[in-house]
Amino acid sequence: MRWLLLKDLQILRRSPFLVALLIAYPLVISVLIGLALSRGPDKPKVAIVNELAPGDSSFTVGSQRLDVAKYANELFKSVDPVYVDSREQAIGKVRDGEVLGALIVPADATKRLQDAINLAGTKPPTLEVLYNVDDPLRTQIAESTIKSRLADANKALAGTLTKLAGKYLQVLLKGGDFSLLGQKFDVLGLERSKAQLEDVLRTLPPGSKEAAQVKAVIDFSQLAIDNLGLSNNVLAAVGQPLQVKRTVVSGHKTPLDAFAVAVSVTVSLMFVAVLLASGMLALEQEEHAFGRLVRGLVSRLGLLGEKVGLAAVCAVPATLVMLCGIGIFVHLDWGRFALWLAALTGGALGFGALGVAIGALARDVRAASLLAFLLTLPIAFLAIVPAGSVAHTLYDVIRAVSALFPFRPALQAVNAALNSASPSLPLPLVHLGVLAAAYLALARVALARAR
Amino acid sequence: MTTAAANDAPAIAAGDLVKRYGRREALRGVSFVAGAGEVVAVIGPNGAGKTTLLSILAGIQPPTSGTVSREPREVGWVPQSPAVYRKLSVAENLRLFARLEKVGDPEAVVTAMLEQTGLAERADDELGELSGGNRQRVNIAVGLLADPPVLLLDEPSSSLDPRQRERLWEFIGALAAGGTAVVFSTHNVGEAERYADRVLVLADGEALFTGSPGGLEALVGGDPRDFEAAFVRFLHERGH
Repeated sequence: MRWLLLKDLQILRRSPFLVALLIAYPLVISVLIGLALSRGPDKPKVAIVNELAPGDSSFTVGSQRLDVAKYANELFKSVDPVYVDSREQAIGKVRDGEVLGALIVPADATKRLQDAINLAGTKPPTLEVLYNVDDPLRTQIAESTIKSRLADANKALAGTLTKLAGKYLQVLLKGGDFSLLGQKFDVLGLERSKAQLEDVLRTLPPGSKEAAQVKAVIDFSQLAIDNLGLSNNVLAAVGQPLQVKRTVVSGHKTPLDAFAVAVSVTVSLMFVAVLLASGMLALEQEEHAFGRLVRGLVSRLGLLGEKVGLAAVCAVPATLVMLCGIGIFVHLDWGRFALWLAALTGGALGFGALGVAIGALARDVRAASLLAFLLTLPIAFLAIVPAGSVAHTLYDVIRAVSALFPFRPALQAVNAALNSASPSLPLPLVHLGVLAAAYLALARVALARAR
Repeated sequence: MTTAAANDAPAIAAGDLVKRYGRREALRGVSFVAGAGEVVAVIGPNGAGKTTLLSILAGIQPPTSGTVSREPREVGWVPQSPAVYRKLSVAENLRLFARLEKVGDPEAVVTAMLEQTGLAERADDELGELSGGNRQRVNIAVGLLADPPVLLLDEPSSSLDPRQRERLWEFIGALAAGGTAVVFSTHNVGEAERYADRVLVLADGEALFTGSPGGLEALVGGDPRDFEAAFVRFLHERGH
């Protein structure tokens, strides 16, 4: 067996293009993934037309002036703003594709905001968004980008206004200093008003008409105090109507970039192991050496085992190199190296077994490679279809199909090894072992009549 | 190519071999022996069962029924297409199969085989760089690595030019002279007449004749100098 393995490694050494591909492929993939994870998407360019007159960007809420420009910054956090002077210029840039979209802040925005806050019965300001609908994907990006930015700006403004309202209610309740139009007032407040009225009540003859009137005012004050005391909570609830609390029922939450690393490593492991095992087994038949080998020199099962071993010997180091490359960009826990090795080895053996089944069925290298690609790509895609993205029954079918191929358990194993994700490592390794045995049996049957 | 080394004890014997592929019968009760140092040619029209017979004798596929006196590892096998690795050198191919054959001293055997086949100078050349004739020599050398008492060759000269064919038969003659039983299949009945001690004529999986080429000619009569015509007439008379 070892001589066959040595022979296969010699053949690989004599195939510099294939070896270069084996080394370069995971390296290139790891660099691309690393760059993608570490840099994130570029900010989209959005044209901004500010029609507000200079110095007209602030408005008054009670005693406080708020600057709209401060909240407009929320709009520009995740976009690259391109300031233009007119609506026409903005339309031109959108039409030419220079910018993803355009946002027009109307001249009356500040006034309308002021009026809306003063309950003057006017509509709040309307910002105009321009975008091109020629490209649906681009339209979707423009819409979602600008909508999410507007939502953030609204949220920031609403939060400030809520705080202000709460502050005034507290002054009304507790009393204290209050500024309006440059003048300071000392507001008595409901609580102090009540205390003063109680003092007055004690001086009045019990049962008198005046005492009854003062008592009624005191009762009203108490009612107001009790209810305004809750005003902060009520305002907070209005400012942020829905609170979200995340509860993990089971499993370990894996960050998206860490999961992306697991997916990319598993895909590379799959390609190297499946292509190598299928190709090298098919090569034995293409070189007509198969008949010579199995007539007593090596058993058919031994030959299959050697090819699976070859796939593991090549694929595991290749993907480890890839992990090292990714490690430059993404934090990896090197303390779990032994688990990585176990997961990659289990995955490589599972993929290798699938590869020899393909190689045994295809019988020549080109057909084996084509079959390997045609089979493994959709299987990999199916295995990462998230729950809830398709109908329940279809998802069950996808899960059942994925369970018949090594990609899903290999991904689970790699994810568990890299990210402590669930299920824990032993379960997918057992799954891979069962699949490897099944595929070896299939390959053995396919080789029964080969010569 | 009658040799002094031939004796009565069969080097290999096959008894009543039957091979079926589904409903098709490729071999129908073929029995056959070859003595040590004897050269036997298996001849017949296309689809007669020549390769099937040799592959069963070599242990590549089992017969549906019947017996073969030798274990596969006791028989040297030279398939029609060179069963060697094009990316390995001549010496590496020989070394690999010597190790798989578990011969006592692989390096010594490889060196001896390179000398015997005249390939010593090309030892480090990759098989892919060699001519078809030299590749076939390596193919034969691999079959001889374990020094088997029986060598089976499937159409050994089909891809060779006349000069290479001549060298091949010289080589095979030397093997037979050394006591190796040689069984080969061929479409070239002239080669069978010239180099075989006996011929086994197969047609539709049936053994129609076993004996010397001269015996076949005598059986059908006609011009004794034209073995090919005698062979065709023989087949015609037997309804093939």
